[in-house]
Amino acid sequence: MNLTEKIIAKHANRDNVKPGEIVEVSIDWCMANDATISLNIDIFKNEFGFTNVWDSEKIIFINDHQIPADSVNTAAVHQKTREFCKNQGIQCHESDGVCHQLMFEKYVKPGELVVAADSHTCSYGCVGAVSTGMGSTDIAAVMGTGKTWLKVPETIKIDLNGILQKGVFAKDVILKIIKDLSASGATYKTVEFSGEVTSRFSISERFTMCNMVIEAGGKSAMVAPDEKVVSMFQNKNIDWDFLTTDSNAAYSQTITYNLSDLTPQVACPHFVDNVKDIKKVEGIKIDQAFLGSCTNGRFDDLTIGANLLKGKKVASDVRLLVTPASVDIYREALNQGIINIFLEAGAMINHPGCSTCWGACQGVLTKGQTMISSANRNFKGRAGSPESDIYLASPATVIASAIVGKITDPRKFLEDIK
Amino acid sequence: MIFTGKGFRFGDNVDTDQILPSQYLVLPSIKEMSKHAMEPLLKDFSDKFKSGDILVADHNFGCGSSREQAPAVLKELGVQVIIAKDFARIFFRNCINIGILLIELKEADDFQDGDVISIDTVKSIIINKNKTYTFTPLSNFLKNIISKGGLVNYFSAKK
Ligand code: SF4
Repeated sequence: MNLTEKIIAKHANRDNVKPGEIVEVSIDWCMANDATISLNIDIFKNEFGFTNVWDSEKIIFINDHQIPADSVNTAAVHQKTREFCKNQGIQCHESDGVCHQLMFEKYVKPGELVVAADSHTCSYGCVGAVSTGMGSTDIAAVMGTGKTWLKVPETIKIDLNGILQKGVFAKDVILKIIKDLSASGATYKTVEFSGEVTSRFSISERFTMCNMVIEAGGKSAMVAPDEKVVSMFQNKNIDWDFLTTDSNAAYSQTITYNLSDLTPQVACPHFVDNVKDIKKVEGIKIDQAFLGSCTNGRFDDLTIGANLLKGKKVASDVRLLVTPASVDIYREALNQGIINIFLEAGAMINHPGCSTCWGACQGVLTKGQTMISSANRNFKGRAGSPESDIYLASPATVIASAIVGKITDPRKFLEDIK
Repeated sequence: MIFTGKGFRFGDNVDTDQILPSQYLVLPSIKEMSKHAMEPLLKDFSDKFKSGDILVADHNFGCGSSREQAPAVLKELGVQVIIAKDFARIFFRNCINIGILLIELKEADDFQDGDVISIDTVKSIIINKNKTYTFTPLSNFLKNIISKGGLVNYFSAKK
């Protein structure tokens, strides 16, 4: 079995499972956020008729999508969340950061099985956990019972080889893969990343890769834990011998890349698989640039941006919004002087949360405006008006573009890329 | 069961931000949210769509976020069946759970806006403009959930 199958089998209390089988599994963590919590609570109480959650320590609620409350309706949702959490004894994160970043920082461990009411739950493959997003009825059932059903997915193995050029990052790699797979190329499947490039990636970069597998329709993502993951969890009691892929593991498809020639990639409006080489889009005027989100709002992303921006200014007609993905990242960026570099350059810093990644609160766009963003979706109207445009790129491309005021190849500032 | 209704035709990759834009997720009820269903793609969809009409789309219908409000607003407006070349995974699961029937049909290209479409779920056929199409019924496991009226009832039956 490959690692995803092994983890599912373990949680189904079985010796082995095969792709296509439907199994009942027990869940290690169940997370929900303020985009859907209200509906989850209603279904939990009114439709299922549950009174108590299955295990208050295994359920995590996170207000992150619309914080601080931007309307009376949002405030009501947040209040409902707090009251439910208080009554049930559930941990409620209020202003600590984006849900997936917090699950990664505080809860999820290698080998676990996690479900959450959010599509980017596939992110936790970066530490060797099987994790997938579900809707409110499924999540309400898990909240009540700790169990759900899963169809064992087929696995696509993607082998990443070569040496990335300076100025080319994990984000460029995953955008290229989504272009090749298409927006539905991994539907119902899991994607396992391997190869020397994957090994060299930091856990944060692996997070970026796994996070965006849903943009190809994937159910979950996986990077088999290596010494980097082992050292992250060194004080935890984890059965590392179990967390390997068998040498005879089966894959439905294997795709091999040599990435040495890859250039910076940009996903163009309004589909994440509409990806082009940077040279095809260079020069497009932007109104706004966003550095943040669960995809690319971590400390390394902010550092790349700050190194590019140091001593320079954001173009006069561009708004640069920077939103650290969590409070821990924010604090570290403050301590290291990174936040100050952004402020000096004329950026706006937002409190950790989903922020401009989705079009409900901060930094929304009006008709005719264009944004370049380090987030993961450029759907029509994703960040405001359906008549605005979103381009997705790496943090380096976002910041280079903010400096110039047009979509710009970050390799133009090569000496500033560390 | 037989469903007959007017077809509303959409294209590839209709994502959940089109089915229900983010800014409406905090409205206090599914009924209020449903007024904004499909708004970025077809203004006034909620007025034009009559209960029992049928959505038809190309590839990857429902991709994007896990928000169950997306199928829920469609159900609120009276969507009982969606025909598409294929569906995104989370959306597919959400529809089963709330009892919307999803039909995968390769020949969705033949269907146009305004076609009067008839679906026979017992025979697994669709009739449109005098042509008959056969579709693959859902697996027994999923059929069982739908036949109970969704996950909630399936669950109560198991208890
Ligand atoms: S940052 Fe964006 S993609 Fe990530 S959880 Fe928030 S809204 Fe979703």
